[in-house]
Amino acid sequence: MKEPSTASKDEQEIVIDLRSPGVAAVLAWLIPGAGHFYQRRFGKGILFFCCILGIYFFGLTLGDGKVVYASFRTNDIRWQYVCQLPVGLPAVPALIQSQRVIREQKPPLWKGWMAPPQHVNPNFDDQLSQWHLNLKWKFELATLYTMIAGLLNVLAIYDAFAGPMILLPDSKEREPAGSESGKQPDDS
Amino acid sequence: MEMLAVAITKNQLWHLLPLVVAVSLVYGATRHEYVVPILVNAFRFGLWMLGFVAVLFVVLLWVSRSL
Repeated sequence: MKEPSTASKDEQEIVIDLRSPGVAAVLAWLIPGAGHFYQRRFGKGILFFCCILGIYFFGLTLGDGKVVYASFRTNDIRWQYVCQLPVGLPAVPALIQSQRVIREQKPPLWKGWMAPPQHVNPNFDDQLSQWHLNLKWKFELATLYTMIAGLLNVLAIYDAFAGPMILLPDSKEREPAGSESGKQPDDS
Repeated sequence: MEMLAVAITKNQLWHLLPLVVAVSLVYGATRHEYVVPILVNAFRFGLWMLGFVAVLFVVLLWVSRSL
């Protein structure tokens, strides 16, 4: 099914074949840029892939693999993971680790990569505080990097689903009075 | 003490650059389809962000000095 979208380029309208937008959006969530590859928009696919995964893995490495974890317990509600999850598959191991460590009470996999802190108790043994102590400012900065990567992928998912968000004021300035912006072109 | 704070800040500031580049490019790419408009938009948005952060930096520096 073809779902054309329009974008302005030098006062001309271009047609973008979004193919199946739902599939593209799911692919864009799974791997940043994959939805655009599916739509054969290779340039933007490479850009999203490099930029989003670049800052995501930079943050993850800066935080020693500890800043992306899923935990919604008393004393440790990791709301930041909600922003990190849109980056897709690279954030999913945190869910596996959370299931294993918190629910099943088993030791974490992969040397604790993306595993939640095993002990969070401000009055006794607090592993989360130890992470903060060891990583210092890097913990917060790495968390910020990974959160922004996830939020940027939300924009990329939207772009895969609906095409570029046209800046309407610019479009109106270029068009004569009375004409409609965002008109649908012929899909021939 | 103040010199130490400035030195730490200088050491951390470079972390801003990859973030600004990535955010600018992705933001530009979600508003245009072709390379040149994306780059132009990214450049403008990147400058805007750097200016905004610079203003915040100066304000916070001034506040920290006045305390």
